[in-house]
Amino acid sequence: MTKQYALGIFDDEDVLLHAVENVRAAGVKIYDVFSPYPVHGIDDALGIERSRLPIAAFFFGLTGLSFALWMQIYMLGVDWPMIIGGKPHISLPAFVPVAFELTVFFTCHGMALTFFTITGLYPRFKVPVMDVRATDDKFVMAIELDETGSQFSRLTQLLRDNGASEVNQKEMTNN
Amino acid sequence: MQHVSSLREPLVTGGKTLHDVTQDICYQVEAKPNLRWMAALSVALFFLGVFFYSVYRTVWYGIGEWGLNKTVNWAWDITNFVWWVGIGHAGTLISAVLLLFRQKWRSSINRAAEAMTIFAVICAAMFPVLHMGRPWLAFWVFPLQNTFGSLWANFNSPLLWDVFAISTYFTVSLVFWYIGLIPDFASIRDRAKGPIARFSYSMLSFGWKGSAKAWSRYETVSLILAGVSTPLVLSVHTIVSMDFATSVVPGWHTTIFPPYFVAGAIFSGFAMVLTLMLITRVVFRLEDYITLEHIALMNKIMMVTGSIVGVAYITEFFIAWYSQVEFEGYAFINRATGPYWWAYWSMMTCNVITPQLVWLRRVRYSIGLTFVLSIIVNIGMWFERFVIIVTSLHRDYLPSSWAMFSPSIIDIGLYLGTLGLFFTLFLLFAKFFPVINMAEVKTILKYTGDNGPTYNPKAHAAHAHHPATHGAPASAPVTHNQHD
Repeated sequence: MTKQYALGIFDDEDVLLHAVENVRAAGVKIYDVFSPYPVHGIDDALGIERSRLPIAAFFFGLTGLSFALWMQIYMLGVDWPMIIGGKPHISLPAFVPVAFELTVFFTCHGMALTFFTITGLYPRFKVPVMDVRATDDKFVMAIELDETGSQFSRLTQLLRDNGASEVNQKEMTNN
Repeated sequence: MQHVSSLREPLVTGGKTLHDVTQDICYQVEAKPNLRWMAALSVALFFLGVFFYSVYRTVWYGIGEWGLNKTVNWAWDITNFVWWVGIGHAGTLISAVLLLFRQKWRSSINRAAEAMTIFAVICAAMFPVLHMGRPWLAFWVFPLQNTFGSLWANFNSPLLWDVFAISTYFTVSLVFWYIGLIPDFASIRDRAKGPIARFSYSMLSFGWKGSAKAWSRYETVSLILAGVSTPLVLSVHTIVSMDFATSVVPGWHTTIFPPYFVAGAIFSGFAMVLTLMLITRVVFRLEDYITLEHIALMNKIMMVTGSIVGVAYITEFFIAWYSQVEFEGYAFINRATGPYWWAYWSMMTCNVITPQLVWLRRVRYSIGLTFVLSIIVNIGMWFERFVIIVTSLHRDYLPSSWAMFSPSIIDIGLYLGTLGLFFTLFLLFAKFFPVINMAEVKTILKYTGDNGPTYNPKAHAAHAHHPATHGAPASAPVTHNQHD
């Protein structure tokens, strides 16, 4: 589906941050903001909720820890018990290193997969970008327009007033 | 307007703008490879050939090709393994520990250091796998049921802990490194001219667009990964040291090993980072990003860890005497005065004495001296592992089995070969991947070359720095705020 966007291009992160607040205050819904690096404070300005990734990380870690302990206790203590070096079958101190490593392993890979899923990142042949300069030195604020694109001139004025160095209209498909 | 603090040295010099950063770093990826790079790659590929030949001889004829004997039954292989793993540690340290401590200077060097970690771990992993003699059965180390029965792997063995530690370390470092690369791949993709470059960097960048939410989640993930990687780094070398410490061989059975090995790993790792960064910065003209200040800071870390290692050597000696265990005492006297005295004193000179030169400001800030020093430390740390392993093994409880070790040509070939493998991978990385984390360097530019806000700075300052005065300054155009 093709959609129209108004793109406000900014040169400075502080100006952008200020503009985001003002544009939202003027009752305009911001589609997204693209920047070459993380702009601190933009989460609050855009109303992005606090990430729940740390909670996910905790549970991934817990899964890894439980799996590691279960695996070692089952394998050496239950399924095929053997006396090794005079240690008891279930010698927990000896199981600590592997339990720790698997906790980290599960946390890290679980986190990475969750991150890719929630941000919609996966290898693709062609990436539709709003403005290629957003990965270089410009900060781009995208606002979705309706089919007629009639608000464009009003938005241009608003973005210009808030320090946008240029304002473009762009048509994007399937994004 | 260029604003330079009088208190702090700038992290990036040359008054760079955001665009300059992209331009400077992407230039190497986009430009045709230069002659120096080609020459370096040819040398590295030659040694890679040596590596393949040595691997072929080892696998085809067995590890009898190595200089091992009945008494010294692991020597260069485990020395090289521990050495390479140690080298890897600085990368994770720079990317994880310094991130947690908010050390902004890490930004210029973390990418290359992490790459170094990954390649060093690959080199390290070669040795235990080849030492198995039948590397095609390497999967036996994983907790799979033995195909000939129902036996499981032994979780009481430090060698098995090693398997888990190294594989976790490798994959975690890889993921951490790759997630950091994604935004920079996107930068290269958006500049790419040719179809092949656009296609490959599109694939590599995973469709990154730099949207605000993605950045927010990206930072959360980085912080959590740093949080879990920090204890991981410490655990990996602790476990490697347990390969020795849980044994009963005099000279190995030491409780100081875990912290001492970790310090040694950081020590040798920073030495290797320095070696590589000093070359990279000259070859790729990155003097503005990797400044003398960076080199001095890394030198300081090297000096601290080198001193810890020095204290550990002395402590080992003291404990061997204080414990009154005859065999322990002998092992340490034998190290210093026995047939391998030259290895011991090389280690002492390279690791304990030379890093103390870093106290001198002139040495710390000298590129040439730092380069020489970093190579000396790498040699010293190799000798450290050699001393620990060979001198402890060659004379243990039974004098009738005492023997000497001398490496075979294949031993030497494998060691030089992994150096070739390492440098081949590093050179390819340096050519096709951005060697400096552009996105991160861009965040620290404001500390050095601030061009200032281009829009109504007065109103902006009042607005941004005093949230309580929202709506107050008359000069601010719209100051309604519905979402704080």
